[in-house]
Amino acid sequence: MNTLFDKIWDTHTVKTIDGGSCVLYIDRQYIHEVTSPQAFAGLRRRGIEVFRPQQVTASPDHNIPTQNQHLPIAEPQSAEQVATLVKNCAETGITIFPIGEAHNGIIHVIGPQTGLTQPGMTIVCGDSHTSTHGALGCIAFGIGTSEVEMALASQCILQSKPKSMRINIEGELKEGVCSKDIILYIISKLGTGGGTGHFVEFAGSAIRSLSMEARMTICNMSIEMGARGGMIAPDQTTFDYLKGREFAPQGKAWDEAVERWSKLRSDDDAVFDKEVTFDAADIEPMITYGTNPGMGIGISGTIPTSEGLDEASKVSYAKALGYMGFSEGEKMIGKKVDYVFVGSCTNGRIEDLRAFAHFVKGKKKADNITAWIVPGSKEVERLAIEEGLKEILNEAGFELRQPGCSACLAMNEDKIPAGKYCVATSNRNFEGRQGPDARTMLAGPLVAAAAAVTGVVTDPRDLM
Amino acid sequence: MRNKFTTLISTAVPLPIENIDTDQIIPARFLKATTREGFGENLFRDWRYDKEGNPKPEFVMNSPLYTGEVLIAGKNFGCGSSREHAAWAIEGAGFRAVVSSFFADIFRNNALNNGLLPVTVSEQMLAAIFAAVEANPATELKIDLQAQTIEIVGAEQKESFEIAPYKKQCLMNGYDDVDYLVSIREEIQQFEQKR
Repeated sequence: MNTLFDKIWDTHTVKTIDGGSCVLYIDRQYIHEVTSPQAFAGLRRRGIEVFRPQQVTASPDHNIPTQNQHLPIAEPQSAEQVATLVKNCAETGITIFPIGEAHNGIIHVIGPQTGLTQPGMTIVCGDSHTSTHGALGCIAFGIGTSEVEMALASQCILQSKPKSMRINIEGELKEGVCSKDIILYIISKLGTGGGTGHFVEFAGSAIRSLSMEARMTICNMSIEMGARGGMIAPDQTTFDYLKGREFAPQGKAWDEAVERWSKLRSDDDAVFDKEVTFDAADIEPMITYGTNPGMGIGISGTIPTSEGLDEASKVSYAKALGYMGFSEGEKMIGKKVDYVFVGSCTNGRIEDLRAFAHFVKGKKKADNITAWIVPGSKEVERLAIEEGLKEILNEAGFELRQPGCSACLAMNEDKIPAGKYCVATSNRNFEGRQGPDARTMLAGPLVAAAAAVTGVVTDPRDLM
Repeated sequence: MRNKFTTLISTAVPLPIENIDTDQIIPARFLKATTREGFGENLFRDWRYDKEGNPKPEFVMNSPLYTGEVLIAGKNFGCGSSREHAAWAIEGAGFRAVVSSFFADIFRNNALNNGLLPVTVSEQMLAAIFAAVEANPATELKIDLQAQTIEIVGAEQKESFEIAPYKKQCLMNGYDDVDYLVSIREEIQQFEQKR
């Protein structure tokens, strides 16, 4: 009667110490330039070597430019952070995928894409969107820098075992609804703290029917409902996706792995601490209107009123709408948009670029829109060129940039100006997330495409 | 070795906003340092200062009335990114404890790993603390880690709070997890071999 999560967690527990803190063994650790330098400095101060450098992989992604990557990084602090990562990896024997090279990209895009991420693993990274990797049936979650240091020092971290939660999406999705809409819908129902303390398994027929990349979008945003992470049991879709990828097992080892991975699912009688079920048919294309990812509605809906909220929540609600320049009861359709951002570890994979490109094919970018189309990795960029997506984008007035985290968190030059509205396929609409005073509306690639060609918030189904 | 945390008696800074995310605590553009120091200056940067860097008088940290080593915040504090810089910024600004009715998981771990105590109280207790501190900024809170209690000094209100026993020991003794994990490397190696 074990859950999928229990099975992986328990086989990775080295020991449990008083009060339930588990020494959890980590199969793979990913690192990037922003949350690792202080961890390496800590190791040096203590005089400790990296314990298992062959199980660690690095890729600079957070503050790299998305244009002219062949040139040195202009911003001195970003340049120093990236140089520090390169140096730390060289000194400790950790594999790094440097900027501009074929393997580089957002760490959560390249893990699955290269086959480094595999079912049944435990994976950590100093980044909350590490939950993305859970789509392949592994336990993957974000950690702080002290924990990055722990994992580098011992290949383990100390964690209390989270509670279990299952979210089922049953039935068929309506046309024009994508996996981003599913996760924005779930978060709008459960709130940004709805999963806190829990590790979520996503299940149900609608989840099973999703492609591997679509599943990654769902698991990616588990953290936006506060969950420690999200995962989906591996199945034929998972195996088909992984087969033949560079670091996936090959030959006989592959067959053995698939046999092992096929057993990774929650037992029929497994009991979850929390379980909720939603009907896929209730989900519309979604968009957010506020300053946290739980503030989302179906695109044809109106901004909810604060009626029924307690006093403390009313204050926060009014602050959020004030920041956005929106009012209660307003429609989202027709709202002015200035920027469109397609990219990030949430929606920067090839399927997202395909969806966007196919939608805008034969149409033109609206004159009032500045659009940043940012592939999640060099490989995604390569495929976009090879498949002719870049050409389609160019003809419609869009430009394909180079890979990186970009305007998702605006650590590089890709910042949305103060007061401007951006429809973004990324994961957070917090105040200032995309630049000081920038206003973000989160959505999937189709809603982004519809806004990009009309210049206002538009239901993509009206143009399909 | 970190500072040991035993009992803290201090006035508090109230921030009655819910869902305060890590981008508000420390915006991403300030994450470019390669050391742990200096983040305190940019704590709540965009709420605390205007674009020219002048303090916004309406923000509580800029009010001379409210000072102290305890930050009180609305529920779901620290949601969002895993950046430990959020804990470093709060600690760097002189806080030793944060009180809320609900903390995001990663933030709570990050705080504990930096000797910053997250104290989870009931909604009622949180409302009582906000009311007491706002009515009289000189109100002191007493946080006793050994007893796992928090009280409004001079009032009848007291509540106990939860903390994992191991983490409590770490805070009280100033230990840190890396020291512990490195000390059991041999056990970890044996675990690797028998897998």
